Amino acid sequence: MVKALYEGRLAVDIAGLKMQTPVTTGSGTFGFGLEFRDFLDLEKVGAVTVKGTSLLPAAGNKGQRAIETPSGMLNCIGLENPGSEYFLEHTLPELRKYDVPVIVNIYGHSPEEYGEVAKKLDVDGVDAVEINISCPNVKEGGIVFGTCPEAAAEVVRAVKANTSKMVITKLSPNVTDIVTMAKAVEEAGTDAISMINTLLGTVIDIDRQKPVLGNITGGLSGPAVRPVAVRLVYQVAQAVNVPIIGMGGIMNARDAIEFMLAGASAVSVGTVNFIQPDIAETIAHGMLEYLDKHNVQSINDIVGLALPNGRASMPYLNK
Amino acid sequence: MPKTIATAKVVGQKVLNSTIKILEVYAPEIANQALPGQFVNVQVCKNTAPLLRRPFGVAGVNKEAGTFTIIYRIIGEATHILADVCSGDELSIVGPLGKGFDMTAEKPLLVGGGLGLAPLKFLAEGFGAGKTDILMGGRTKEEVCWTCIYDELSDKVFVTTDDGSDGTKGTVMALLPELLASGVYDCVYVCGPVPMMKAVANACLEANVKCQVSLEKYMACGLGACLSCACGGIGKRLKVCTDGPVFWAEEVVEW
Repeated sequence: MVKALYEGRLAVDIAGLKMQTPVTTGSGTFGFGLEFRDFLDLEKVGAVTVKGTSLLPAAGNKGQRAIETPSGMLNCIGLENPGSEYFLEHTLPELRKYDVPVIVNIYGHSPEEYGEVAKKLDVDGVDAVEINISCPNVKEGGIVFGTCPEAAAEVVRAVKANTSKMVITKLSPNVTDIVTMAKAVEEAGTDAISMINTLLGTVIDIDRQKPVLGNITGGLSGPAVRPVAVRLVYQVAQAVNVPIIGMGGIMNARDAIEFMLAGASAVSVGTVNFIQPDIAETIAHGMLEYLDKHNVQSINDIVGLALPNGRASMPYLNK
Repeated sequence: MPKTIATAKVVGQKVLNSTIKILEVYAPEIANQALPGQFVNVQVCKNTAPLLRRPFGVAGVNKEAGTFTIIYRIIGEATHILADVCSGDELSIVGPLGKGFDMTAEKPLLVGGGLGLAPLKFLAEGFGAGKTDILMGGRTKEEVCWTCIYDELSDKVFVTTDDGSDGTKGTVMALLPELLASGVYDCVYVCGPVPMMKAVANACLEANVKCQVSLEKYMACGLGACLSCACGGIGKRLKVCTDGPVFWAEEVVEW
């Protein structure tokens, strides 16, 4: 990078992944990044997290795949993607024309398959992999690994054993105790945690008297889930030794800062990309305004401030 | 052709019938670029409910004035809000989006129903006054009130209604085979309910006449990112928002 963006005031280092701003993009909400080039400068996004990628192409779910809900939306895309081969051959070279870290969200149907995808993507140009153990919309894999601590740990170990990249594990909120899940993936060697994936929901068409979505259930995202996500980040930040990428309904800089005060070292914008396709870049300006208003030099200095004992509550910041 | 997020200024709204309105906005960056068949994604308010933008086919442009129109039915929360916007109000609009119609036909026949008649209006304008014929179908006379628009735009206007209150009784299929058999048309452009489009596509296949369909599917982003609007093509997945919304009928395997 020629010159630090925003005088480095928004720069963060997430387990070795250096980002010019703390803002990455929620997997599945930003395509492969290239779809948004007309609206923003990809090099002013902290990192681009691409759509969930599997070993082989996947067609996703049949029937209606999305429906708006109060201040949110449900989706059951089912991880449709062109597969790792296509990604490496066609998408990555295009994305690599931009000086921006690339995080590839990966999923498989078994720990071995997760390992295989990780190995395949252990190439130049990929900066980190994010393990999707929490997609609620695929029958095998996804949520199975996302709700059982032992299964989650097994997936993380399989990925870690097959990649030299920084590994992020994305947690599901659809569990009884997320701290147990967080500790399990930390123990298994994840370098960072991203949270939260979507919350399970259903909408029924009362005239057709049937669920709207082809998959019956879908994942709830958007501002409706934000307080849930902030609460979960607040809990996990006090329990783990790895950095957290916080997400869930962030619409603007205010929301992003809320996550960071709760202990997230970086954030991810998701559903809002659909509404404001330039947000992954423009949200930085609001963050700088906040830093000025509170007379803080670096965004890193606000991480965890809202925790019970402030930053002292975070094992990660006090290693 | 870059897509933009425009702050569009509302010029005004007109009423087409009891539930359908025509909205004209000033947004030269979109009006100057939009092609027939393309759509825009409109944010009806800045609140978080309704949250998502709503997609509407461009119904016409006035490049000199820098304006374009969309035609919509007042049906849900978002369109109720839209129905209340007034001249001078601002709307955030992303566009132009998607791929438009093939414009190479010598003698085009447009076939439409419901709000599908909105993008076809822009198509008829694109071909030029009197160049196209149109076959429109609706349940009742009120649903085919679009004749007032197409009488000025198209050459021949054929009408069918389910209840026989206007034109020929039945669906567009009551007239289409005969029109295709006439050999006058080298391309059919259809936009309407899925059963109509499938029937028209099949009839065109049988008559060996080229056919383009303009699909509508629930979409969140309109940019090819969310994959809500995916459908099945030949050996590959298609996105209605970026690969379409206009496809050659034979490209679409799973609607």
